[in-house]
Amino acid sequence: MKVVLDHLTKRFPNINIKIKTEVVAVDDFDFEIPDGKLIGLLGPSGCGKSTTLNLICGLETPTEGRVFFGDDDVTKLPPENRGVGLVFQNYALYPHLTVRQNIMFPLQNLKGADKLTKQQMEEKVLEAAKLVQIDGLLDRKPSEMSGGQQQRVAIARALVKRPKVLLLDEPLSNLDARLRLQTREEIKRIQRETGITTIFVTHDQEEAMSISDLIVVMEAGKVNQIGKPQDVYDDPVNLFVAKFLGTPAINVFDAEVRDGVLWIAGDDVMDGVDVPDQKVWAGIRPEAFVPDDSGKMECKLVNVEVMGRDTSVVSTHEGMQGVSIRAIISAENKVDQTKEIVNFRLRPAKVYLFDKTSSKRIYFGDQKPLGRA
Amino acid sequence: MKYGNNKKAWLYLLPAIAFLGLFMVYPLIDVVVYSFEESFNFASQTYSGVGLYNFSYVLRDPYFLQAIKNTFILVIITVPLSTGIALLISLGLNSIKKLRDLYQTVFFLPYVTNTLAVGLVFMILFKKTAYTDGMVNLLIQLFGGSSVDFIDGPYWAKMFVLCFYTIWVVMPFKILILTSALASVKQDYYNAAKIDGTAKWRTYYKITLPMISPMIFYLVITGFIGAFKAYSDAVALFGTDLNAAGMNTIVGYVYDMLYGNSGGYPSYASAAALILFAIVMTITCINLMISRKNVQY
Repeated sequence: MKVVLDHLTKRFPNINIKIKTEVVAVDDFDFEIPDGKLIGLLGPSGCGKSTTLNLICGLETPTEGRVFFGDDDVTKLPPENRGVGLVFQNYALYPHLTVRQNIMFPLQNLKGADKLTKQQMEEKVLEAAKLVQIDGLLDRKPSEMSGGQQQRVAIARALVKRPKVLLLDEPLSNLDARLRLQTREEIKRIQRETGITTIFVTHDQEEAMSISDLIVVMEAGKVNQIGKPQDVYDDPVNLFVAKFLGTPAINVFDAEVRDGVLWIAGDDVMDGVDVPDQKVWAGIRPEAFVPDDSGKMECKLVNVEVMGRDTSVVSTHEGMQGVSIRAIISAENKVDQTKEIVNFRLRPAKVYLFDKTSSKRIYFGDQKPLGRA
Repeated sequence: MKYGNNKKAWLYLLPAIAFLGLFMVYPLIDVVVYSFEESFNFASQTYSGVGLYNFSYVLRDPYFLQAIKNTFILVIITVPLSTGIALLISLGLNSIKKLRDLYQTVFFLPYVTNTLAVGLVFMILFKKTAYTDGMVNLLIQLFGGSSVDFIDGPYWAKMFVLCFYTIWVVMPFKILILTSALASVKQDYYNAAKIDGTAKWRTYYKITLPMISPMIFYLVITGFIGAFKAYSDAVALFGTDLNAAGMNTIVGYVYDMLYGNSGGYPSYASAAALILFAIVMTITCINLMISRKNVQY
């Protein structure tokens, strides 16, 4: 089932009633989510991603715009008639019911022609439980389970009615790091097995990148960029997206283009920049740095962290924003730790320029926009 | 855990233990002792023997039997009714946004009002005087009924006023507890239920009620105990001579046996108090047993 968000806008009245201006939680969200895909809604907290989810499932009604499931306009439909499954951040499992009763709860609500016999319900519960691999724990109470197991129960409860769309609100944020890795694979597997269009909200870019077919990067209610995770990473449309994606984060510099050369605080770090002369923000990915004694970018070495496969070089430079620069170099490229200065050459493909005022991307040389969704 | 500071710990506990011992434990033991001493004379501190005579006297005393009957009727009517109504009111309060604070304040007013002041208001509502039949009677007459003397009249009328009064007085506390219990149920549960298409009554019955069930049982248990210990409410309505009014309660009987017109019988009073204790204990145990079966988390 494809989900179409047609110029969706949600404005809330300000909590402080003296302030008459409204808070725009979601601003003109316009996107068609293809059938059977896993979509990651990504953004910092307060950017409107949870509100978007609530608009899709019907817990909130949009101020403007419409929501379609397939060809059906569901904007006015109450949540129960939309056929969505929602997994809450804290799972919202009913603590007084067993796992079996929790998963069965949505089935018992069915009325009329959809009504199931006890036998059918049991079968469906078992099927959903098997899918998330908790079929051995059906008679436990949620309080007798670990966070990861509770998470699975919540997913089973959302899936048992075979929803058209599965929504996950920060599904992994309550799990520890190891479990998070495991569970996100699990979510991907379940999504692939069921083929249900799934939208999940997260503020963790790594999580979104790793399992999503498409990611939607949001900031302050606005959609900044939609695309395949790798495309968005390789081709950020603005400074915000560039800064939000990637660990370690992109290094941002106060820079200037003069006569086709990129200058950062007195260093002519890169040429071949065929854009008009102007001041710019230069975003340089950690992997863009190549140690080279004849390299034009001269940095003060702070520390070299060897992490097995890669080496992370921490240094400082006059033009940088923030406290240090982090470069990731492959292990063959040795950096002399005894020296105080390290010189880098830059890979042009991993250097992004952004307009100083609008923060929009400025393409140069071989760079061109990738196919965007 | 280190036990080295035992002496210090006892020292810190000493004031509390001393006071509790002097004013709680010693009198308690004394009550038990009194209740078994037959024909105890308070002035000379002498008694003729030890036995169960005090209990058999109290249990055959028509005033005590009347008090037990009154107390049980009061308990059985007021505890379920007050808890039920309080639950309805808190559910109502929980589902409105406008004027919620105002209503909450109004419902809480009886709690901060003096019992005797409330009794005065009930007098105006129910008491017949030379000048007026009371407001409730005026209303009854308005609808064509004949007036009833609620204060000195038939037993059921007096019992009605007493129950009405008790419910009205205990309600605010229950509403307070239940509204806060309802507010502590996370919105997520309701959202989850909503998305699953749960009917309103089912959400209420299957989610809300179980979630606040610990609080409901707390209120029922304390409600039972409180109602069994009722006394001041009856005095506020019917005056101090409750035996004459036929509206005495067990605690009232104990008080009368000690200080009332027929007073001066600490043995009978102690025996009655112990019987009350046994009744409350039994009921509370039954309550706890039921709640353990039903409050599941």
